[in-house]
Amino acid sequence: MTDAVVQAPVPEIPVLETRGISKSFGALRASRNISIDLRPGEIHAVIGPNGAGKSTLIAQICGTLKPDAGSVHLLGQDVTDVPTRTRARAGLGRTFQISALAMEDTVLQNALLGVLGSSGKPWRFFGNALKDGALRARAEQALERVGLQDQARMRTAELSHGQRRQLEVAVALTLDPKALVMDEPMAGMGAEGSRTLTGFLDALRQEAPILLVEHDMDAVFSLADRISVLVYGEVIATGTVDEIRANAAVREAYLGDEA
Amino acid sequence: MIPERYVNAATLLALVAIPLWALAADEPFTITLMTRAAIFAIAAVGLNIALGLGGLVSLGHAVFFGLGGYAMGILAHHAQTYTALSEWPVLIEGTKSMPVIWLAAVLVSSLAALVIGILSLRTAGVYFIMITLAFGQMFFFFAISWAEYGGEDGLSIYVRNSFPGLNTLDLIQFYGLCLGLLCVVLVFAWRLAGSPFGLALNAARQAPVRVETVGLDPVRLKLVAFVLSGAITGLAGALFADLNRFVSPTMFSWQTSGEIMIFVILGGVGRLFGPVVGALVFVALEHWLGGLSDFWHIWLGLLLLVIVLFGRGGLIGMICGREAVHD
Repeated sequence: MTDAVVQAPVPEIPVLETRGISKSFGALRASRNISIDLRPGEIHAVIGPNGAGKSTLIAQICGTLKPDAGSVHLLGQDVTDVPTRTRARAGLGRTFQISALAMEDTVLQNALLGVLGSSGKPWRFFGNALKDGALRARAEQALERVGLQDQARMRTAELSHGQRRQLEVAVALTLDPKALVMDEPMAGMGAEGSRTLTGFLDALRQEAPILLVEHDMDAVFSLADRISVLVYGEVIATGTVDEIRANAAVREAYLGDEA
Repeated sequence: MIPERYVNAATLLALVAIPLWALAADEPFTITLMTRAAIFAIAAVGLNIALGLGGLVSLGHAVFFGLGGYAMGILAHHAQTYTALSEWPVLIEGTKSMPVIWLAAVLVSSLAALVIGILSLRTAGVYFIMITLAFGQMFFFFAISWAEYGGEDGLSIYVRNSFPGLNTLDLIQFYGLCLGLLCVVLVFAWRLAGSPFGLALNAARQAPVRVETVGLDPVRLKLVAFVLSGAITGLAGALFADLNRFVSPTMFSWQTSGEIMIFVILGGVGRLFGPVVGALVFVALEHWLGGLSDFWHIWLGLLLLVIVLFGRGGLIGMICGREAVHD
């Protein structure tokens, strides 16, 4: 861990940062003094066994949970007391572990929702949303980027599991995100879909750095610039892929035979 | 399965043809029944915005229906007794002009919907239903005890209010006015559903977390929907009072809320013409079955049971199947 500083990129202002956040549910300490940051152009993966507190961490970063102590910073601003929607408008994109999409609506309508949100102007009561050229173009562009352009008119409920994950990413992209938080984007995807998405995220990091919570170790090791390991609500190590692979504590706590 | 637009067109045709036939055949009571159906349909189109688009199961829409009714009753009462509604700080006099009464009905019910919405949207699910029901009961008992405006007995208005250029006492002219307003309200609901706001509201019903993560406030979207919904139901209340030339606390009762909801569920929740079909079928059943037995609600209940169990999209869902994908 000592030589991590040498290999890390030149310190810049982190896009996203937690400073010593803690959160308890009764006796359960789900987050213990967690400080992690996301720098421009990187993919920072957070790994950890089930129940390590990854979802709690994400919830605090995105604003659905308020930390008991510590602060969350987005683009240098303290956003600890700022609601989810304001963080989203400031450029924090998020994808969910379990797809949270409007299932009865079409794929295009879901993408349009993101465009409406980022423009901050859903307060128009007339005029067809689907016929607004500017809005629609942005939505279609996002769908095209994740390869869902041919499914645009399909009902979201009819999409395969993997396609729903792609749509999650597309909706996040419509926000023109400054930072992305992705909760297990590969979960339940086939090998083929997982590879495609890995390639896509690889290119995406230059546009918006990604805080990636993922179980798929192949994806994590091939994508991540840095990895933080969360165990029992505590970050036990942060470093490059090689450092984490070599870290004895991590091997013991989590990686076991996989590393 | 028949395309939904054919069913919608057929419904519109029925709304025009039946009263014209009744006029020709000298069946004035049929025109009155159709007027009743058209007014119920307006109330239900209002509820459908909250229920169908916003997913808000409001069991308190009688509040807005009743407020619309009392807006009419109170204004017309002061006009027919030549007394002022208030003399200080500003002089407000009664009126017999429908457009003014409608405006008052819409304003009062929007304001009530705003307050009730702000308080009840802090909850969801069963609690939302109970809170809206509780507000309904509050208004009901307030109206009963408001002796100045008839209390339990309600208010009778002797002459139907006026609309410029029309003789509103003529049945078919008053029907035409109600049908015209129904069409306006339907166009509004149709445009709303396809608008950016409608899209966001639709998503707020299905996936509020998603709406929040793209930077929108789902509660605020639902609140606006609730206000629009209440305003339209309030307009229907003013018309209903004018149809009967009578207002009573019954308009505020929870049975009224239930009936408005039945129109929507019977026809099809979230379907543009669902409330219209529901109101027409309800009034027809009320007339025919009501003529056979005082306990006609048993058969209505049975019909509702069948529709809810076997056709989740109401009558329109049974005839047309799932809603088509729009693009």
